[in-house]
Amino acid sequence: MEYETVIGLEVHAQLLTKTKLFCACPTEFGRKPNVSTCPVCLGLPGTLPVLNRQAVEFAIRAGLATDCKIAEKSVFARKNYFYPDLPKGYQISQYELPICLKGHLDIEADGVKKRIGLTRIHMEEDAGKLVHEHPETRAKDASWVDFNRGGTPLLEIVSEPEMRGPQEAVAYLKKLRAILVYTEICDGNMEEGSLRCDANVSLRPIGQEKFGTKVELKNMNSFKNVEKAILYEIDRQTAVLEDGGKIIQETRLWDADRGETQSMRGKEEAHDYRYFPDPDLLPLVVEGAWIERVRKELPELPDAKKERFMAQYRLPAYDAEVLASSRGLADFFEVCAAEFAQPKKVANWVMNEFLRMIKNDERLIPASRLKPKHLAEALRMVEEGTLSGSAAKNVLQKVFDTGETPKAIVEKEGLAQISDEGSIEKAVEDVIAANPKEVERYKAGNDKLLGFFVGQIMKNTGGRANPAKVNELLKKKL
Amino acid sequence: MQLYDLTIHELGDLLRQKKASSREITESVFRRIRAVEPRIRSYVTLTEELALQQAKRADEKIAKDVGAIHELPLRGIPIGIKDNFLTEGIKTTCSSKILHNYIPPYNGTAVKRLIDEGAVVVGKLNMDEFAMGSSNENSAIGVVRNPWDLERIPGGSSGGSAAAVAAGECIAATGTDTGGSIRLPAALTNLVGVKPTYGRVSRYGIVAFASSLDQVGPIAKDVTDAAILLKALAGHDPRDSTSLNVPVPDYTKTLVPDIKGWKIGIPKEYFIEGLDIEVKKAIDAAIGTVKRLGAECVEVTLPHTDYGVPTYYILATAEASSNLARYDGIRYGHRNRSVRELIPLYEKSRSDGFGAEVKRRIMLGTYVLSAGYYDAYYLRGQKARTLIRRDFEKAFERCDVILTPVSPTPAWKIGEKIDDPLKMYLSDIFTINVNLAGLPGMSLPCGFTEGGLPIGMQLIAKHFEEEKMLRVAYAYEQATEWHKRRPKL
Repeated sequence: MEYETVIGLEVHAQLLTKTKLFCACPTEFGRKPNVSTCPVCLGLPGTLPVLNRQAVEFAIRAGLATDCKIAEKSVFARKNYFYPDLPKGYQISQYELPICLKGHLDIEADGVKKRIGLTRIHMEEDAGKLVHEHPETRAKDASWVDFNRGGTPLLEIVSEPEMRGPQEAVAYLKKLRAILVYTEICDGNMEEGSLRCDANVSLRPIGQEKFGTKVELKNMNSFKNVEKAILYEIDRQTAVLEDGGKIIQETRLWDADRGETQSMRGKEEAHDYRYFPDPDLLPLVVEGAWIERVRKELPELPDAKKERFMAQYRLPAYDAEVLASSRGLADFFEVCAAEFAQPKKVANWVMNEFLRMIKNDERLIPASRLKPKHLAEALRMVEEGTLSGSAAKNVLQKVFDTGETPKAIVEKEGLAQISDEGSIEKAVEDVIAANPKEVERYKAGNDKLLGFFVGQIMKNTGGRANPAKVNELLKKKL
Repeated sequence: MQLYDLTIHELGDLLRQKKASSREITESVFRRIRAVEPRIRSYVTLTEELALQQAKRADEKIAKDVGAIHELPLRGIPIGIKDNFLTEGIKTTCSSKILHNYIPPYNGTAVKRLIDEGAVVVGKLNMDEFAMGSSNENSAIGVVRNPWDLERIPGGSSGGSAAAVAAGECIAATGTDTGGSIRLPAALTNLVGVKPTYGRVSRYGIVAFASSLDQVGPIAKDVTDAAILLKALAGHDPRDSTSLNVPVPDYTKTLVPDIKGWKIGIPKEYFIEGLDIEVKKAIDAAIGTVKRLGAECVEVTLPHTDYGVPTYYILATAEASSNLARYDGIRYGHRNRSVRELIPLYEKSRSDGFGAEVKRRIMLGTYVLSAGYYDAYYLRGQKARTLIRRDFEKAFERCDVILTPVSPTPAWKIGEKIDDPLKMYLSDIFTINVNLAGLPGMSLPCGFTEGGLPIGMQLIAKHFEEEKMLRVAYAYEQATEWHKRRPKL
């Protein structure tokens, strides 16, 4: 039987607020265990939560950026369960009345455009972290808890089960991530867990309307792993169904090393979280004026930017998509294109050279010593013929490493392109004189040797000779 | 009369006239404690050293500026703190084994306000475990005895607070009231107890029992003292999202003995079968006094009164089951060290640590929130709560203040109701609905039984109209002598 895959994603995004969701503790990480804590986020007796306004604003921003309705009134609820990383014995979350409802994202997978519905976005606090090895003594005889992360604000973004394959899931996740990073709500780092994705995957015979039993996949910390885990799960479920078996509703963890999903014990499903409205917090009322202000302050979003890049700079769709996928990269491109008015060339250099230098990590853009004006300056020199393309790559790498301007590096290292005929003529004559055998073979009809001569000349001039001129003079002399 | 017998405002006069020092008052209180505490058992922890330091500081400040006593009437006055108020560096047990060793790293807002006003902290007062109870018998520390009859309970859950004030073991005390826990013990010990409007006093630093019902308030010897303490406690706190940002009047300035033309509502549903005859007589007499003072008494109806107790025991236990989840043996408090695995550690620590009544309420609350039962219990409870609140709103269209009994009976014998939780729960029948409606309510002395047991009456006002209730109470108090009686110990 042929099956159709049904996927819905639940994404947890850690918000870039300075302080936690219900107290004034800082959210920065990498600090010693339990230093970013206070009586409130440690859940000590008598403490009460006070909502972080910035977190609410971020939630509104996320909702508006995904075309959600912002609820005039939303309610925080307690999700009750026992675990050592949960100091109050409950997590403050939103349940029946979340802050954002009914949005959507437009994705493109395998060249097909599709709109994926967002069920809801709600706010909640993160738990602490269990450590099973002592950070200093390495002892493993007990478990420890670090509450630095406890109480940091999260958005849970829940999609409709409208994706039909791993490519769509990844496209959705990439689009969502781009929006969250664009709107400066989340840093989008999946490896470090500031963006986490769980996937609900089920199969149903093609043509059947009713959903099959779903399995929740967790622990996929990259786009690649999301794709692999879903592919694995489709194969696994297909095999079970083909054998006449039944899918069990359960949570499975992706093991990236083994490349398979493994069943977590079914206890999770037995949980009754006993949600009820948190009596310590008043219903959250968001006034229209607030929503309108946030709407006005929304930055241009990836889709709109891509369209504009194609129209304004005449960029191909692919280039516009790559550049617009990151706000930092897009800004870099635009500043540079304003100084060097050949957008396609700028786009090529940004996408090939600059992205390589920052290792595809847009978070490194602000700290990059290579600025748009440097790239524009180098491109002008290439255009004028004073710098060869290959030398320009080296120069830009040096700018990136040192922060000096391209001009300074070119001067200091004598990298300026040799374009005057006299010098090039001499270099050509020297190579012809030094390689009489090759000259004979060339003259006998071996045209391919022209490349050999060019190479020798470039080598002798340290790559600085103007290649067009070299070609021209070589042909003449030979 | 000894210093410990006096009220806050009487002691304020002595301090101002330099006829007594805070040190003398404090020492008088501690002498009294040494004399009667073995019989009463009001305290979980005494903080004599701290108290004497605070008294010394108060005396120094009074010496510098005598006039400031008007502004800071609590300066130098020994106050007892219920043991569910978090106190920095001072053990806070909630009279529970599970917190027997817990020393908080911070002061709650109420305690901070009292200390900032110069009050002297005598110690931490015994209570029903986690404020769950009406008799103070649910204490892991021990049963508190009623100073008016040592064979009887002082009421609960702020039983230690009431017994201590009545016995002269502190001048006034703080309490918390979730379903009557200030008013009931005040009524059974001839004291004035005020449960303010929900949101009037910060709950930050109070061990939560039922968050939507808990409220902090004073237990004192007369209405003026209660007003002084209430003023110090009340006010918006940014650390408590449910505390309202409304101005706090100077409650002592509203104490004028004039209620001519005021309308006092008498709800017919509160004069029911089961109401003790002597209590009924005392309340009827009080109604007579209020009329003689020129007030008009009108019958009002609160038709959903009967739903109060069941509604309360659904909502309060639901919240409690969640609020008490943090006592799990992981980070602080009692841990059973005989087990190493997580689930057994939870089970054993909590089984050891909580008493029977607390366990009963955790189980009840867990049940009413469970999948499949939530709609039938918790949601219905919320709806009933709305009906009860509307009853009061309607009744207040016809009157300024409502007058009722506090407890259906005077103080009962220790052990009398302890095996019958339902009977125990019914002792809060007249106080619980005030919490469900979020209204201010207070208890004040209005007579004695033939056997010499105190009887209290309850006044209830509209939200944030504590002033009206206090004014009626003051007028009544000025016309009567009940509040001047002290137990013989």
